[in-house]
Amino acid sequence: MSILINRNSRVMTQGITGKTGQFHTRMCREYANGKACFVAGVNPRKPGESFEGIPVYASVKEAKRETGANVSVIYVPPPFAAAAIDEAVEAELDLVICITEGIPVRDMIRTRYKMQARKTRLIGPNCPGIITPDEIKIGIMPGYIHKKGRIGVVSRSGTLTYEAVAQLMALGLGQSTCIGIGGDPVNGLKHLDVMQLFNDDDETDAVLMVGEIGGTDEEDCARWVKDNMQKPVVGFIAGVTAPPGKRMGHAGAIISGGKGTAQEKLETMESCGIKVTHNPAEMGKLLKSVL
Amino acid sequence: MKIHEYQAKEILQKYGVVTPKGIACFSVDEAVQAAQDLGGDVWAVKAQIYAGGRGKGGGVKVAKSLDEVRQRAGEILNMRLITHQTGPEGQVVHRLFIEQGVQIEKEFYVGMVVDRGRQRVCLMASSEGGMEIEKVAAETPEKIHKVFIDPIAGLSQQQAEEIAQKIGIPAQSLPQAVTLLRGLYQAFDESDASLLEINPLALTAEKQVIALDAKMNFDDNALFRHPEIVALSDLDEEDPVEIEASKHELSYIPLDGNIGCLVNGAGLAMATMDIIKLYGGNPANFLDVGGGATAEKVTEAFKLMLRNPKLQAILVNIFGGIMKCDVIAQGVVVAARDVQLTVPLIVRLEGTNVELGKKILVDSGLTIISADNMADAAQKAVIAAKAS
Repeated sequence: MSILINRNSRVMTQGITGKTGQFHTRMCREYANGKACFVAGVNPRKPGESFEGIPVYASVKEAKRETGANVSVIYVPPPFAAAAIDEAVEAELDLVICITEGIPVRDMIRTRYKMQARKTRLIGPNCPGIITPDEIKIGIMPGYIHKKGRIGVVSRSGTLTYEAVAQLMALGLGQSTCIGIGGDPVNGLKHLDVMQLFNDDDETDAVLMVGEIGGTDEEDCARWVKDNMQKPVVGFIAGVTAPPGKRMGHAGAIISGGKGTAQEKLETMESCGIKVTHNPAEMGKLLKSVL
Repeated sequence: MKIHEYQAKEILQKYGVVTPKGIACFSVDEAVQAAQDLGGDVWAVKAQIYAGGRGKGGGVKVAKSLDEVRQRAGEILNMRLITHQTGPEGQVVHRLFIEQGVQIEKEFYVGMVVDRGRQRVCLMASSEGGMEIEKVAAETPEKIHKVFIDPIAGLSQQQAEEIAQKIGIPAQSLPQAVTLLRGLYQAFDESDASLLEINPLALTAEKQVIALDAKMNFDDNALFRHPEIVALSDLDEEDPVEIEASKHELSYIPLDGNIGCLVNGAGLAMATMDIIKLYGGNPANFLDVGGGATAEKVTEAFKLMLRNPKLQAILVNIFGGIMKCDVIAQGVVVAARDVQLTVPLIVRLEGTNVELGKKILVDSGLTIISADNMADAAQKAVIAAKAS
């Protein structure tokens, strides 16, 4: 099964004519079933063109109608990225993955408001994307470090997720699906939403959750896990050493008003039955210990 | 991005927010002239620094004569103001704000932030003005009232009136309070603010509701559409190292340890700091070189770290994805030669083209301590820092 995406997903790239969109669409196509999965591109100013055989349409709606695509991935620059999400939501796609970093919070507040009661799910923005190993990758992560297996991975960061995956691989543990939900304060799917999906997924046996300072997503997820999760969950939170009031790279990684510390998150997770490690080099080992 | 109180007040005035009359000054003479121009017989002499807690730190004084304005301004200007937000090193005061004195009957608190859980702007108000809101939240949370604002409709007349009533604004001042609160939200929204605080909001003896203080922060991601706000930036307030870093699109935050970290990705960069600490060392900085690190960028990153006199080792931790390990290795070699590195350099590479990257490091002839994984890298860095 896996979650959210599989080899049958049909994907369009919004921002396919830009350098980033082209590079990553090419990389995604080269991964597993990518050739069959990536079927369309969108650019309102360049309809009728094509990128390496992928047709470019004027709108998401048209791309969906013509190709049956149900997922989109967005590489549109920050000033226009929220509008690109809105368009995908309007067209009633199942899933939108927004890679773009640097979208104003005000834009995201409005976009999330418009998404209420709509069917579309959003991953990101400011995220590496999602991969179901050996089937499909949608995003900027290196595909080859993954292998199909039964561990779910959810994380707010990019390279730290790759690190976690590499540790799992070193222990021979493949992944069902790996999701980077992104480092922005106002975003789509949260740890909690992804955890629910993993809980319901027949092909996931255990979940590794990687969090970081800022907000209360990890705590919200931990409380849900305590009462509902049927599978083992382990976790790591980055930023025990982060000073308060400073934005640590990600727009959402900030301890404000004494809230959102790594210590607080780790304590809540532990009290909810999630095994945690303070050592980022031992995420894989910890996961293996609960199987 | 942050701005000064007087700048925030200038923005807010455009939205119908009433503030005391005031003039920003850069010298003692200007301050006296400002008081004279403002008129009246009581003035507030206020240090203008970004950090909060200025009053407690001695940066805000009342003066009852022009002589006293001169004296107070002389004391505050160029003082090293230490507050709970500046850290022990404090912040030197380069600007003053002279305001007309106001007779205050009661003080309140009003603030706005983005609530991440609700994904809306949250208006918070309290009858406890002039206190740290974190303290009020911890001790008497029932005294904080919240409204989550609909992004399309904005702050409604009714919501504003209700919250003003809850914090104890008297009936006769309600219409003015409503105008002020709605003006605050409009200002917050239109200027892409990330934080707005009026602490205190004051009820004057004449029953007027005015913003006695004002603090505004802005969303860095939205600055591209606010050149008027970028223009307000005060470089005296910024850490020169952070300014230099942002020029090279590096995300850099100095810390007080001795092991410099150069990492790709914010999460991995934090985790690298954490693991150094876990193995008994102290990170000297947070540094995310981002997704497209070139040799030039790595060189700049090395230079930034080397500005720190406490630096005793550098740990490079790279997980190559799109950024290839051989490219970063080349960058590290060029940078190490370019800056004539004298502290031990520990490098951990993983991911795309890792073998090629490692070979480049070995072939360079430079003394580079190579590490196989994060734990190994951190341990080696801690030992190297202690030995050097």
